[in-house]
Amino acid sequence: MKKKKIIQLLGFLVLRACLYTVLAIIFLFLYDIGKKGGGAVSWEFLTQPPRRGMTEGGIFPAIMGTFLVTMVTAVLAIPLGMFAAIYLNEYAKQNRLTRVIRLSIRNLSGVPSIVYGLFGVILFVNIFRFGTSILSAGMTLGLLTLPWTITASEEALKTVPNSYREGALALGATKWQAIRTNVLPYAIPGMLTGTVLGLARAAGETAPIMFTGAAFYLPSLPRSLGDQFMALPYHLYIMATQHHAIEQVRPLAYGTALVLIVLVLSINMGAIVTRYRMRRKRRW
Amino acid sequence: MDITPKIETRDLNFYYGRSQVLKSINLVCAEHHVTAIIGPSGCGKSTFIRTFNRMNDVIPGARVEGQILLDGENINLPAVDVVELRRRVGMVFQKPNPFPKSIFDNVASGLRINGIKDRAMIEDAVEKSLKEAVLWDEVKDRLRENAFALSGGQQQRLCIARALAVKPEAILFDEPCSAIDPVATAKIEDLIIKLKKNYTVVIVTHNMQQAARVSDYTAFLMLGDLIEFDKTEKIFTNPAKRLTEDYITGRFG
Repeated sequence: MKKKKIIQLLGFLVLRACLYTVLAIIFLFLYDIGKKGGGAVSWEFLTQPPRRGMTEGGIFPAIMGTFLVTMVTAVLAIPLGMFAAIYLNEYAKQNRLTRVIRLSIRNLSGVPSIVYGLFGVILFVNIFRFGTSILSAGMTLGLLTLPWTITASEEALKTVPNSYREGALALGATKWQAIRTNVLPYAIPGMLTGTVLGLARAAGETAPIMFTGAAFYLPSLPRSLGDQFMALPYHLYIMATQHHAIEQVRPLAYGTALVLIVLVLSINMGAIVTRYRMRRKRRW
Repeated sequence: MDITPKIETRDLNFYYGRSQVLKSINLVCAEHHVTAIIGPSGCGKSTFIRTFNRMNDVIPGARVEGQILLDGENINLPAVDVVELRRRVGMVFQKPNPFPKSIFDNVASGLRINGIKDRAMIEDAVEKSLKEAVLWDEVKDRLRENAFALSGGQQQRLCIARALAVKPEAILFDEPCSAIDPVATAKIEDLIIKLKKNYTVVIVTHNMQQAARVSDYTAFLMLGDLIEFDKTEKIFTNPAKRLTEDYITGRFG
């Protein structure tokens, strides 16, 4: 009797210790970046281009570039991923072929991002002749995001009970009507969240945009989707490893990291808030 | 027998993958009567009535052979419009499955699916259907509330109202009371008896007393075979087959 309780207590302690360890690592990490980068972040840092070989000035072009490239990614990955998931979960026959397809999609989400980068160079830059541009980079990131989008969307569709589908069909609904009126309204919040989390991940990627459109330094902002761009993750990579005066620009690198983290966090928070709002509104 | 056949099966076989679930079933469901399908679990009762509105179409690996006649017309043909068929033959499921919408929108959903947009018409039909399902008095002041706020029995009557709203000719009940308490069950049984005035009713039940109470005809199914089919009174007082007698007297189940 006593022994059982002690074992339970030990079990809880171990679980709790694991959680605290993870939390400690995250907070240490955020604290370090915040402390070292916080000083660099100012209004000027956020709104000005870099100056003097990037030893001074701000990161505005990189913020802008990341924003634009993420838009392209969203335009490609959100509809494509959602519709593919709807087809896969609702229409496709559940046979060996669809199982293989599903497994392949899951596996694609584990492919290193540099592979996507190289693939993007071949497909978008060379074959489609989009050049090294926002378009090429955005589409490459779109491909990277798709497996996540599709998987998350399918999971969201799976949480809608089958009785909603059957109920609508039994009333004389076509399959599409059943999906539109009785499945999608309940799946879309989850689908969107998964998709936006994928986008946030894409926004922080370096390898896929390195060869497809991100530039080390550009004197002016991109004017069209066919232009090269500066991006936060790539900028950070340069500042942290490739710059001629690494020690001197270290605060700027930390500042960039802080901005990137805040950006990704706010995208994620945005997704969570949106889902919460939609869930509340969609109760009936 | 002075009856009009509404639904009739001729030599109906149902296969699920390689196993045969229904074996050459011939049965007539009379118009404006209640036909009950009874039998032990897994005998194919639900599968059987789900062939009447082709709900088995969505199950992978399912195959139906033979004729299913609705008003004398075979509906087991690829060319048949299942959407229209399902409007004509409604269904109430084992577990109440209200949609996560308001009570009003639940009943209106079938109408909207069938393209009715006129607000007054929908309101009219909702009220009529809820009255027909004997739910109106309980919900008339809270039509905008979520249907999940209703009790299990009310939810099931809501599902019945929802099925009635699209003006079907027949209604299939697939063990409608198996998830509901006895008092709510009694209400639904009363309702089923009332419904036969305007509709043809087929009910699957594992509750023999229920079959005896609500139905005019009873079919006893076992392991995919139709063992006996006759007037309910006859089945429960003087069954022709030994198996039927053993089942209704509770010797197995």
